[in-house]
Amino acid sequence: MCSLEKRGNLFILILTGQNGEHRLNPNLFSSIISALLRTKAESTSGSALVTVSHSKFFCNGFDLDWVKAAGSDEETQQCFNLLLDYLKQLVLAFISLPMPTIAAVNGHAAAGGVVLALCHDYVLMRRYRSVLYMIDFDLGIKIPEPFMALFRAKISGSARRDLLLSGLKIKGEEALKMGIVEAVYDGEEEVTNAVIKIADDLAKRNWHGEVYAEIRKGLYSELCDILGIASIPIATPKL
Amino acid sequence: MCTLEKRGNLFILTFTGEDQHRFNPNVIGSLLSLLSQVKAEATRGSALITQAQGKFFSNGFDLDWAQAAGSEQGAAERLRQMVDLFKPVIAALLSLPMPTVAAITGHAAAGGFVLALSHDYLIMRKDRGVLYMSEVDIALTIPDYFNALFREKIGDASVRRDFLLRGLKMKGDEAEKRGVVEAAYGGEAEVRQASVRLAENLGRRKWHGEVYAEIRKGLYPQLSAILGLTHKAY
Repeated sequence: MCSLEKRGNLFILILTGQNGEHRLNPNLFSSIISALLRTKAESTSGSALVTVSHSKFFCNGFDLDWVKAAGSDEETQQCFNLLLDYLKQLVLAFISLPMPTIAAVNGHAAAGGVVLALCHDYVLMRRYRSVLYMIDFDLGIKIPEPFMALFRAKISGSARRDLLLSGLKIKGEEALKMGIVEAVYDGEEEVTNAVIKIADDLAKRNWHGEVYAEIRKGLYSELCDILGIASIPIATPKL
Repeated sequence: MCTLEKRGNLFILTFTGEDQHRFNPNVIGSLLSLLSQVKAEATRGSALITQAQGKFFSNGFDLDWAQAAGSEQGAAERLRQMVDLFKPVIAALLSLPMPTVAAITGHAAAGGFVLALSHDYLIMRKDRGVLYMSEVDIALTIPDYFNALFREKIGDASVRRDFLLRGLKMKGDEAEKRGVVEAAYGGEAEVRQASVRLAENLGRRKWHGEVYAEIRKGLYPQLSAILGLTHKAY
């Protein structure tokens, strides 16, 4: 599932679970969303969140075994739709989090796992042993809104086409060149250390969390329109 | 404050003095009136250069004036007022019937950066001055038309995020590399010369000003809509 640690100003969300794939099912979704709610409740100026996993996978997407176990075509579809709803809740929770967020993509991320990574303000990745893979295309699954809006918001130019339409497994170096990730590192420990360092640097800016979240929503206004949330102006400046 | 001079086909708008060239209602009114004058005197071959003296291009809205309101509520109200008053300035630049160049020889922050970004071309100094959206650092949210401007003028999502969410202070060489400005030069004189050269080259094309403005509005449809500018497609 996931666990939440506090280290000074940093909230550390760790994807755990015996099956290192961290596949997204109702349990993991609820676990993450509830951790985010706790983070929000305990946030102060100068907080930051990092998301890490310590296995071969960052997140391998939806738990399709769980979906298929439903049985009939209709029930399978319903279960899949439920996971889509949960993923939407997840995007919403991240977009409204009142602090900077950084993802340490230490292992592979596929489909919903890529969405999870991109929910963060900054993504750092491992150079090797880590790919971003929008497997949806190869599985014959369409990508609905609001997730398309998330891709449009976060990735520019031909990189977006290459991520979504090429069916490629994008390694760290490539992801860096495509502007999808901030930086890449060689080992798991380096990624984690780098993520903590960036989080510390951002936390030291001591941003007003609520304002930060509203600025983020304004930055991703198309996504917010599709999610049905509005950004509110706040004008009580620190002068 | 700000002055307007005509040099051949070039209109040159200058923020004079060594201060931060902050925008308060007076300065904004002045800017608006000068831009109206530019529009009225425009001919084929016209071009505008906006520049500033001193260490700053502009450091944005006059927060001292806002604070002078005396209360937190009063300050917020004055800020809102400036945001509203500034919108027509950006609208005027977006609909100006001639190419526009911002010659950035000093810091351009918040509203100052927005003013610069509202020009067709940005030329900057490599060695001095930064582009900076200070809002996140002073706990102010970004007005809708600022967001639209960034969305439509800056194609790179990471750059937009770095400016608005990270409060990055971007120097000229990085701005040139990341496509935020056209070019960055090694000193104040070089920037001014390059801006004049660019403006003159653009002016020599003798573009039909009204058509130029319509094409520009079509390039930035969301921003134009938020600014209340209608767009005529021939």
